[in-house]
Amino acid sequence: MIPPTFDYLVPATLPEAIALLHEHGDEAKVLAGGHSLIPAMRLRFAEPSHLIDISHIPGLDYVREEGGFLKIGTMAREVVLEDLPWISERYPLLVDTTKMIADPQVRNLATVGGNLAHGDPANDHPATMLAYRAEIEITGASGARIVPIDEFFTDFFTTALEHGEILTEIRIPIPPSRSGGCYLKVERKVGDYAAAAVAVQLSLAADGSIEQAGIGLTNVAALPTRAVDAENALRGQQPSDALFAQAGQLAADASSPADDLRGSAEYKLTLIRELIQRALRRSVERAQGRS
Amino acid sequence: MSKHSITIEINGESFTQEVDSRKLLIHFLRDDLALTGTHIGCDTSSCGACTILLNGKSIKACTFFAVQANNQKIETIEGVEQGGQLHPLQEGFHQEHGLQCGFCTPGMIMRGKELLEKNPNPTEEEIRWGISGNLCRCTGYSNIIKSIQYAANKLNEKQEEAA
Amino acid sequence: MIMCKTSKEIGGMGHSLKRKEDARFIRGLGKYTDDVQLPGMLYMDIARSPFAYAKIKSIDKSAAMEIPGVLAVITGEDLKQYNLHWMPTLMSDTQMVLPTDTVMYQAQEVAAVIATDRYIAADAVQALENSIEYEQMKPLIDPHKALDADAPLLRPDKEGRTDNHIWHWQTGDQEATEQAFDEADVVVKEQVYIPRIHVASIETCGCVASYEKAEGKLTVWMTTQAPHAIRTVIALVAGHVGLSEERIRVISPDIGGGFGGKVPVYPGYVIAIAASFLIGKPVKWIEDRSENLQADSFARDYHMTVELASTKEGKMTGLRIKTLADHGYTDAAANPSKFPSGLFSIVTGSYDIPTAFTEMDAVYTNKPPGGVAYRCSFRVTEAVHAIERITDVLAQKLGRDPADLRFQNFIQKDQFPYRSALGWEYDSGDYAPALRKAMDMVGYEELRKEQAEKRARGELMGIGISSFTEIVGAGPSKDFDILGIKMFDSAEVRIHPTGKAIARFGTKSQGQGHETTYAQILAEELGIPAMHIQIEEGDTDTAPYGLGTYASRSTPTAGAAAAKAAHKIRDKARKIAAYLLEVSEEDLEWEPGKFFVKGAPERSKTIQDIAFAAYTNHPQGMEAGLEATHYYDPPNLTFPFGSYICVMDIDPKTAEMKIRRFVAIDDCGNIINPMIVTGQIHGGLAMGIAPAMYEELIYDDDGNILNGTFMDYLLPTSVETPNWETGHTITPSPHHPLGAKGVAESPTVGAPPAVANAVVDALSHLGVTHVDIPVTPFKVWKILKEKGVIS
Repeated sequence: MIPPTFDYLVPATLPEAIALLHEHGDEAKVLAGGHSLIPAMRLRFAEPSHLIDISHIPGLDYVREEGGFLKIGTMAREVVLEDLPWISERYPLLVDTTKMIADPQVRNLATVGGNLAHGDPANDHPATMLAYRAEIEITGASGARIVPIDEFFTDFFTTALEHGEILTEIRIPIPPSRSGGCYLKVERKVGDYAAAAVAVQLSLAADGSIEQAGIGLTNVAALPTRAVDAENALRGQQPSDALFAQAGQLAADASSPADDLRGSAEYKLTLIRELIQRALRRSVERAQGRS
Repeated sequence: MSKHSITIEINGESFTQEVDSRKLLIHFLRDDLALTGTHIGCDTSSCGACTILLNGKSIKACTFFAVQANNQKIETIEGVEQGGQLHPLQEGFHQEHGLQCGFCTPGMIMRGKELLEKNPNPTEEEIRWGISGNLCRCTGYSNIIKSIQYAANKLNEKQEEAA
Repeated sequence: MIMCKTSKEIGGMGHSLKRKEDARFIRGLGKYTDDVQLPGMLYMDIARSPFAYAKIKSIDKSAAMEIPGVLAVITGEDLKQYNLHWMPTLMSDTQMVLPTDTVMYQAQEVAAVIATDRYIAADAVQALENSIEYEQMKPLIDPHKALDADAPLLRPDKEGRTDNHIWHWQTGDQEATEQAFDEADVVVKEQVYIPRIHVASIETCGCVASYEKAEGKLTVWMTTQAPHAIRTVIALVAGHVGLSEERIRVISPDIGGGFGGKVPVYPGYVIAIAASFLIGKPVKWIEDRSENLQADSFARDYHMTVELASTKEGKMTGLRIKTLADHGYTDAAANPSKFPSGLFSIVTGSYDIPTAFTEMDAVYTNKPPGGVAYRCSFRVTEAVHAIERITDVLAQKLGRDPADLRFQNFIQKDQFPYRSALGWEYDSGDYAPALRKAMDMVGYEELRKEQAEKRARGELMGIGISSFTEIVGAGPSKDFDILGIKMFDSAEVRIHPTGKAIARFGTKSQGQGHETTYAQILAEELGIPAMHIQIEEGDTDTAPYGLGTYASRSTPTAGAAAAKAAHKIRDKARKIAAYLLEVSEEDLEWEPGKFFVKGAPERSKTIQDIAFAAYTNHPQGMEAGLEATHYYDPPNLTFPFGSYICVMDIDPKTAEMKIRRFVAIDDCGNIINPMIVTGQIHGGLAMGIAPAMYEELIYDDDGNILNGTFMDYLLPTSVETPNWETGHTITPSPHHPLGAKGVAESPTVGAPPAVANAVVDALSHLGVTHVDIPVTPFKVWKILKEKGVIS
């Protein structure tokens, strides 16, 4: 399992990286954490002509709150999210998600940006970013543009990233007080892709009703999936088991999983129904400050 | 294919060498530098036998190009024993019978090293999750966990002595 | 309580001596095959078939050969010139080294590339794979269809063969068994499939072959569990091209786990040897993980129909099993030659079943060959799974507690040596105390109460028991051989003048800790501190001949040989001591480390005194030196046993499963090193839950493997693996010189049915009687769905 040949380029700045991408055409790839790309190259599923290593560009690995957003720079490694105590406190859904990805060594290198840019519906962050209603900053030769997460995933393994563009930042709106979320995943063994997983992010109103609900689903369709009807059904309602069961059913209705080694489509729908209910319960608890 | 002159500090010693862009760090260490203590067990970043420390962080050397390590610091199993003194993890694996065939052991020790640096008092559960990227086929893991606990205790004792 | 006869300083049997071999491994200084680097060494890589069954229309070497650094492309036609394109298997079948016309399974070796570097070799393989034309044929994947009239005849190369049937094997008294079933009050029956799995040692297979033309000497560093047998096989297979056994040296260096997967001769080894022989340079071949999983020998793959007859009181009266064995395209199993289905006939297990009959048919399919162990002695896992599963099915049918039914049917202590219905003479056993101990440790009765309460609340938990009997230590030469070579093993012990020793063995450790345990055996018998006994294995130029390490045979055979060689040394030492002390031999008594004069213990000579004298002051007429060799031919096999209990919690909504407790009580006779034995049991248990819950090689209808990497072939990690709770009873083997039995595979054999029984037990109130392993959440979900637990 030997990777094919390529030219390796190390830009010192973002504009230089973008220029290199333009210069080398479709076959050039951005190398960040490398944990989607290098395994694909070893299997010779990917044979890029050039790798543009952006990991040495200073200032891309930030994680900070600013202007109403949690901003995650494109080179921020997964491990950073686990290690920052304030992230654990304020963004439990994000930390839950990170901890379910692969294993500690992989998380030391892998980036959140890469997890999204790969466009794999089996990856974990896409559903989480859907739940958070995140925005993606994409930078190209003509500057930066912002793409809502709902418009970022365009097809199977395809994103809104155009040739010559780099995903530069992920922006999560800072949740209001009385918010909570969680990520629940059924996997065959630790570090595996999900048989099914759900990301839930809730905000409660003063009367305890659900003010905002975000629900993303992992690996249940060709694209990361938002459970829109479930979100709508929750909004404005008081939390209850019956409501959560209804949301679970609506989330399952939004899913179109495929049969695979992890199980049948029907099995995955059962998982979605159940995981949604559990995730909603826990998210409410967290929003109420009970866990 | 581009060639690159890279300089890497490995176990405190600086190495400068020309490598092909596609040379994986694991092959650079094993084939070019004869540091064969780091092993290869899979092609998919699944087994952790190739775990080394890059600037103190455990990574899988089979999913990293040598050229990416240019101007970085690497530590491998060969650098763990210092001045003829075994590291408490090495001692722990011996004392608690944390190895059998020895093939996963270097990766386990390197992973254990970062784990204990970040969390000097890990619970059993934290150790289990902490080494979940390292497969072992011989030991059933229980004694590996004890080995890491042994090292944690030993390191904490040393810390107390120093204080 | 384990009693030690020797002091801690001597470190004989019973001491938990820390392992001597650790010193190099914890420093990263182990020397594995891929660590061997030789000047001028070339690299080999292999082009493989994308199809399960296809004619090779053409192989165009040119694109590969054009890549700078590529020295050769080797095809089946090239090997055919030397008559090396086929090789014999251990089961007297034939296997392609490289094909000349047809590929028989996906990932089969099609051609090899030799290059100056492993990167170039990989590029050349890609170029070569793009330059091979195939004509696909419809493969035979389902073994149940192998004998259908319209099935393709897979092996027309085999003279006289008109179908895909390899062999039929049966044992036991068919008539008496049928009568027992006719007369039985109760009969239970299940279809039990033991899936195709892979040992997946963390080190893959490979070799460095170095042929030195000037001397005509071949040295092969190789990931092999049986270096001596390999040397002989090379001499027999390649003798005609001039490789003569005295000029073949096989070195099995440190091995990164074997478990049976490193017993066979894989085509890659042969091609690398041929390449080195032809080119005259060292050639390294190390397979990657996908090649390892997809092409190297599989284990298991038995489709069994299991029936058990009993009285209404629960006394087992007969056992009947019919098996279909999928061998892939050739029978390349690793069994003793006279036992095509291995030791499957241990299937009556721990129970006194008066009659039994088993029959088995092996067939060819378009899958990789194999049938090796997966950390188990010759098909014993399949047998144990059959009997332990069906015992639970019977208990369920009779409404009996599965523990209770086992106690009722156990072979009783006073029945040993016990001859089983299928002809084995069990050496020793005492089954009830082991099960009782496991039940006490786990708190069995309380767990049953908890289970009843949980069931009432709709929660699912199960308690699974397995009381297995193993059969290891092959084997007595009258029955056991591999390719005609008897399954003895050997020890050669030399005592140095200063009283230290070196000992060499025909076995080969792959993590079992032989460098420590063999030293302890010699320390026990000679009183020389184990730390001063150097153990060597794996180099055919220096070690005595032996059949290697697999099937838990090292302690039963080579361990016994060590004891016997030590006894020979002690006999000579007695003579020397008598000479030095000027007494007659009969006046001397031995205690570990010295001979002393009866009644005058102050007059003594230590083994060190005696060793020195053996070289400096030996009696006239006696040969100088102090050494001995022993080839041990065991009089019988040994029969370790144990009782395991698994407590499983199942999420009734998602069907996720978690092993809450796993208690293992093992009896492997006398224990050499308790620490190592416990470590072996831990590892075996992990390799027991693996196929029980996670591992299976899965093929689609076209013969494509669906999980040929570690991303989908799921080895359990530390998170899936429970904390093991272990204990033991000790029932020595009466015929082994140390009373030991062998242990490393018991847990792999015993654990899967404990897991499966726990899952079925959790679902038994729903009328579930059987679930095939691996019991995955998806399988359990399907059951819960079918039974209406999940809507």
